[in-house]
Amino acid sequence: MAAVNLQASCSSGLASGDDATATSQNGEAERLERPPKRQHQRNNYGSGNQDQPDAAILAVPNVVMREPGGQRPSRLSGGGGGGPPTNEMEEEQGLKYGAQHVIKLFVPVSLCMLVVVATINSISFYNSTDVYLLYTPFHEQSPEPSVKFWNALANSLILMSVVVVMTILLIVLYKKRCYRIIHGWLILSSFMLLFIFTYLYLEELLRAYNIPMDYPTAVLIMWNFGVVGMMAIHWQGPLRLQQGYLIFVAALMALVFIKYLPEWTAWAVLAAISIWDLIAVLSPRGPLRILVETAQERNEQIFPALIYSSTVVYALVGTVTPQQADATSSPSSSNSTTTTRATQNSLASPEAAAVSGSRSGNSHPRQNQRDDSSVLATEGMPLVTFKSNLRGNAEAAGFTQEWSNNLSERVARRQIEVQSTQSGSAQRSNEYRTVTAPDPNHPDGQEERGIKLGLGDFIFYSVLVGKASSYGDWTTTIACFVAILIGLCLTLLLLAIWRKALPALPISITFGLIFCFATSAVVKPFMEDLSAQQVFI
Amino acid sequence: MTLPEFFGCTFIAFGPPFALFVFTIANDPVRIIILIAAAFFWLLSLLISSLWYALIPLKGFLAFGVVFSVFFQEGFRYIIYRILRSTEQGLHAVAEDTRVTDNKHILAYVSGLGFGIISGMFALVNVLADMSGPGTMGLKSGSELFFVTSAAQALSIILLHTFWSVIFFNAFDTNNYIHIGYVVGSHLFVSLITLLNASELYTISLLINYIVTIGTGVLAFRVAGGTSRSFKKFITCQ
Repeated sequence: MAAVNLQASCSSGLASGDDATATSQNGEAERLERPPKRQHQRNNYGSGNQDQPDAAILAVPNVVMREPGGQRPSRLSGGGGGGPPTNEMEEEQGLKYGAQHVIKLFVPVSLCMLVVVATINSISFYNSTDVYLLYTPFHEQSPEPSVKFWNALANSLILMSVVVVMTILLIVLYKKRCYRIIHGWLILSSFMLLFIFTYLYLEELLRAYNIPMDYPTAVLIMWNFGVVGMMAIHWQGPLRLQQGYLIFVAALMALVFIKYLPEWTAWAVLAAISIWDLIAVLSPRGPLRILVETAQERNEQIFPALIYSSTVVYALVGTVTPQQADATSSPSSSNSTTTTRATQNSLASPEAAAVSGSRSGNSHPRQNQRDDSSVLATEGMPLVTFKSNLRGNAEAAGFTQEWSNNLSERVARRQIEVQSTQSGSAQRSNEYRTVTAPDPNHPDGQEERGIKLGLGDFIFYSVLVGKASSYGDWTTTIACFVAILIGLCLTLLLLAIWRKALPALPISITFGLIFCFATSAVVKPFMEDLSAQQVFI
Repeated sequence: MTLPEFFGCTFIAFGPPFALFVFTIANDPVRIIILIAAAFFWLLSLLISSLWYALIPLKGFLAFGVVFSVFFQEGFRYIIYRILRSTEQGLHAVAEDTRVTDNKHILAYVSGLGFGIISGMFALVNVLADMSGPGTMGLKSGSELFFVTSAAQALSIILLHTFWSVIFFNAFDTNNYIHIGYVVGSHLFVSLITLLNASELYTISLLINYIVTIGTGVLAFRVAGGTSRSFKKFITCQ
């Protein structure tokens, strides 16, 4: 659906895009065109949900996405030329920005895994299972592998059905627009994680390092930590803080799974959840797919809660036209993430404002944006989405700090580009492409882009790595880590090619499981022989 | 004593590679991805050599496993060479920093470092974990130099993998079969020399390996277009 929309609007946008190029004042043309569009959109939103999913939102970016095509000689001559090259261009663009997005996801995923692995290795509490979750009634106490096997199977089936029911419940609520209930649910679960589970974590941490602490101090710490976390996650706060809390919450959830799931069940659940992910996202009636499509129809965040989104880098580059850039470069954050709430009125990003100010009203995106993992709902959300209305999620994204450091540089580059474009359209074709990173025009196209990764994915990646490290073999841990990252890379590659919501768990978890078992069964004895005799290969 | 030893050995083995990573790789997303992909391919080669080692009847003979492991690694180095060269066009489109594709040695260097880092990690992490306590080597039996030599060997292997990849990629680009032979041969030689470590002939094995490392480094430098003049210029910061 997404793909179809994209194509359609692409071809509609093409004409105006080429016109703009022809005048060789792309920036100007763009800016001239924008305000009416914005109004148009706003009107639509104000009047209700009449507009077609693609029309308003997608058209704007895609005009722009077309531009680079226009700058290629063939494209210039081709004018409104057809589909295939367009796709190529888009793929190329997708890949180009993909490379950065991949890293932007690598960092938080790695951090989350690091927290989990460090905890597993330093706090023995999380290593042993003595208490069990309600969802896993079979405790694998028997020494018989066959009994353990069916225990694990039954446990994971029960847990999966809980996940399925929760996901469907979530979708029904979303379909019925019960936003308040969803928010209440999310707030409640993040409250639990931030207070109760964090308290347990703190207690075990202190116990592991044998640090005495009195209750008033502990309560003070917990109160501050929890309240700041709730504010950062549900209301507002510095970007880094939100990032940190999201990662911590995901790590905590992963630790809970590692601690309370019996051993075989944990592996079975990992396998089952990735299969469920595959079904839920890809099958025509899959709940997550329905969710994504509904969100697109409503022009909302593709289910805003529970998702971690990398992004925005380009969004901002896009929205800042050179002239505006001077004004905005210092408070770059005003463009980017911190102000996403403010963005709603921000002049610098009209489209985005329109997007996020969509029908859920101004308060919604804000609250939904970076929500943490509610215990069960998160599991239902492992998906990567491309091309979502990243605006709102800017906050969840993070790393914009780095980006803003580069801002002035980027802006400078863009100014050069723009000047070169304006100076002569003839030279544009080659020279241009070598100079630039983001073309002056299509950054707007990236506005719609951004890769989102469900926090559920963070959790289950971490569960896998943490579980692998709980056996005490570091080579297995590293192998799992590399395998998961490669799986994530492949998923993102497919995302760039197929451009629709994809499940992020299956490839990574499959690789991770294969490498985990292969390493601990086959590689480990070999490596142990080698390192005992200090032989290096 | 265990903790300082742990940190010391960690920094010996992974300090230089970490510096290389920070200064040459970390800024470019494409390079990071290639680094991880190279690490993944090394893992695959290790998996295959371990399978081989586990399946063949000559289980007790480490040397046998080592020889085949070297061949598998070089095979995967060739595979990653093919992959990188065939995706070069795509990379050119993807990479923001076009130097990655303009200078062919960068790809070789990055993938070589990926090979090296993962190989060094696999060789050393479990030793490092034991190093941090509660006991240490050399109190009752064994040499107290065990850990330090392991770390130094790991460093030499990491650097060697980087150099080998640079030479190897270039050799296939220019059909220089002597260099290919040199890479495979010196890899085999270095790995077999480390067999001496089992009988605690640390001085010999370390000395030989570092001589090979320096020689390979010089060769890689020349292959990448360096001369003694440019080296002098570099040293004197001109």
